[in-house]
Amino acid sequence: MTRLIKSGAVVEDNWQLIPRDHQGELPRGRIIVPLSLWLDGKALASHSGEPLGIWIDVDEDVEQLGGHAREFALVAINFPTFMDGRGFSTARLLRERYGYQGEIRAIGNVIRDQLFYMQRCGFDAFELREGTDLEASLASLRDFDVTYQGATDQALPLYRRRNV
Amino acid sequence: MYLYDKYDQQLVNQRVAQFRNQTERYLAGEIADNEFLPLRLQNGLYIQRLAPMLRISVPYGLLSSRQLRKLGHIARTYDKGYAHFTTRQNIQLNWPQLEEVPDILAELAEVEMHGIQTSGNCIRNITSDEFAGIAVDEIEDPRPWCEIVRQWSTLHPEFAFLPRKFKIAISGSRGDRAATQVHDIGLHLVKDDAGETGFRVLVGGGLGRTPVIGSVISEFVPWRHLLSYLEAILRVYNRYGRRDNKYKARIKILVKAWTPEVFAAKVNEEWEFLKDGPATLTEEEVQRTRAFFTEPAYETLDDGAANTALDRQSADNIAFRRWLERNTVTHRVPGYSAVILSLKPVGIAPGDVTDRQFDAIADLADTYSFGEVRATHSQNIVLADVQKVRLFELWQTLKPLGFATPNIGTLTDLICCPGGDFCSLANAKSIPIAEALQRKFDNLDYLYDLGDLTLNISGCMNACGHHHVGNIGILGVDKKGEEFYQIQLGGSSDTDASLGNVLGPSFYQDQVPEVVEKILNVYVANRQPEESFLDTFRRIGLAPFKESIYDKAH
Ligand code: SF4
Repeated sequence: MTRLIKSGAVVEDNWQLIPRDHQGELPRGRIIVPLSLWLDGKALASHSGEPLGIWIDVDEDVEQLGGHAREFALVAINFPTFMDGRGFSTARLLRERYGYQGEIRAIGNVIRDQLFYMQRCGFDAFELREGTDLEASLASLRDFDVTYQGATDQALPLYRRRNV
Repeated sequence: MYLYDKYDQQLVNQRVAQFRNQTERYLAGEIADNEFLPLRLQNGLYIQRLAPMLRISVPYGLLSSRQLRKLGHIARTYDKGYAHFTTRQNIQLNWPQLEEVPDILAELAEVEMHGIQTSGNCIRNITSDEFAGIAVDEIEDPRPWCEIVRQWSTLHPEFAFLPRKFKIAISGSRGDRAATQVHDIGLHLVKDDAGETGFRVLVGGGLGRTPVIGSVISEFVPWRHLLSYLEAILRVYNRYGRRDNKYKARIKILVKAWTPEVFAAKVNEEWEFLKDGPATLTEEEVQRTRAFFTEPAYETLDDGAANTALDRQSADNIAFRRWLERNTVTHRVPGYSAVILSLKPVGIAPGDVTDRQFDAIADLADTYSFGEVRATHSQNIVLADVQKVRLFELWQTLKPLGFATPNIGTLTDLICCPGGDFCSLANAKSIPIAEALQRKFDNLDYLYDLGDLTLNISGCMNACGHHHVGNIGILGVDKKGEEFYQIQLGGSSDTDASLGNVLGPSFYQDQVPEVVEKILNVYVANRQPEESFLDTFRRIGLAPFKESIYDKAH
């Protein structure tokens, strides 16, 4: 079981992450497969019928997945280091360009103080780095009530809302 | 200037609360050093050689008297009684206590200031022309656009973890006083044939280890599309800029690797998706922002009479005449002048201001210039709207305050980074070089004879002192643990921007003034009438300078 923050609450779930170098049969149950495995097509044939997630690394072009993201219950974006901001663009493109409405989960090395920005970019689930106090971290989702620029959570920039 | 409404204020207040919480968690050991790093940097807080350093944002250089008094109070209460103006129109405190930084930020928030994004791998403070709104060669006032871009970039959720820092400068004039060609993005306000406002967009300029002059990627982006276009550039950079090597991570490296044409095409491709979306600017927002930068209540003045009076006052007062010539600038409105307060008297680190001087500048602003001043990229202060008839009186007031050194634009108005005395990245000290030069070249007649000349000093490759674009550039280098200085000639950050050429092997600290003197001698011996140092250098090239300095026979 993994503990994570999802839709503003701490939850446990049992998605299983399949590493990129996975060999042989895929396990049963809810699994998150690497983009490369899906691109490879055949490897997934045996798994039809089960809920499926996919994960993509920050250095992989989200265009490769594109609108196919809709075929997955979950897209996880992996941050090898929290300083690598490419995943923020990946999430926005999934939501805003490819219309993906399922769960977008931040995995890998993600820290609490990124939650606010991540949520603005379309992430709604967060596996924070080991040892994080998840309950306390929920507060960071609410760091600001004001945002100047449009993003996934609020398409309109403040100047289109200021006088409303 | 721009005044906060309830939204702007709430955002800054919540930022203080956020950082207070982060600092508490850090001090309690809940945040690791490497995780706290970007959080503190994006609030302006460095951990330096001797103490933390806090960089305070001065959006496009504008400060009100109320803000100046607050800065004086902060320098007095939380620091050692002084602060430093940087080459990016910001202010640095050299000795704050980490534990007190949230309190300092809270004090700043009271006067609509902050340290947001003054450091770190994000979009930094927007810089502009210190003579915005009053320059004779202005096409359009850049300040409203600076404010619009400032708001767009502030806490931008997608671009807080870029490959590297990102600097944007905006110029609204024919002459470029914002060094737009050496910024990650340079924006020039232009008008199309129908008189509509738009922007010429340059990308990939920058100093540092690999200095580059920016390339134009669009000749005209209509104002409505400014933010979506910027968003497209930033997204392409965020996704494709190099992250494997911090010295190759600036956008200039990406633009170079792809070529400006390919980069422009990629931006356009991205922009196609964003254009005409919600980020499109509205007429109302531009009007709202412009309304903060309307003309102050200028009086209708007799320019001729004012000039006659000035002629009379300066006829028998050479000191006043010198100051008038060097430290005042032509104003677009008859009867007014802009006045530059020199922060470069001999013996003071360039750009340093004491708490009492902050208070004094605030009083001067209230008395002479509608309560506002501007910080310049050459680390001075501008009183933008002074009545000519009050110049003499102002000059007399400035002298005892230490602001009247009549050296603006001359050799001793040099730009200098904090260097090895403060900065942990430094290879060498820079302030003692500045001081030695100011002491050696203290003869005003000689300085005036040399004319306009920029001398820029950086303590390391990071080039905070903009040494590549100084007519004379001095760079601190480290050779086996010893401090040396490399000299470059021929740089400029003006409209005709150019990067300096390295003169040759570097020098010991105590050799530098003498070498500079020899350089100046070559100029004086070779110049033609009316030729500036830069003109002469461009005509005769590096060789005669090299010869004079390295030739054993000399
Ligand atoms: S140029 Fe180098 S030494 Fe000078 S302030 Fe910048 S980083 Fe420090």
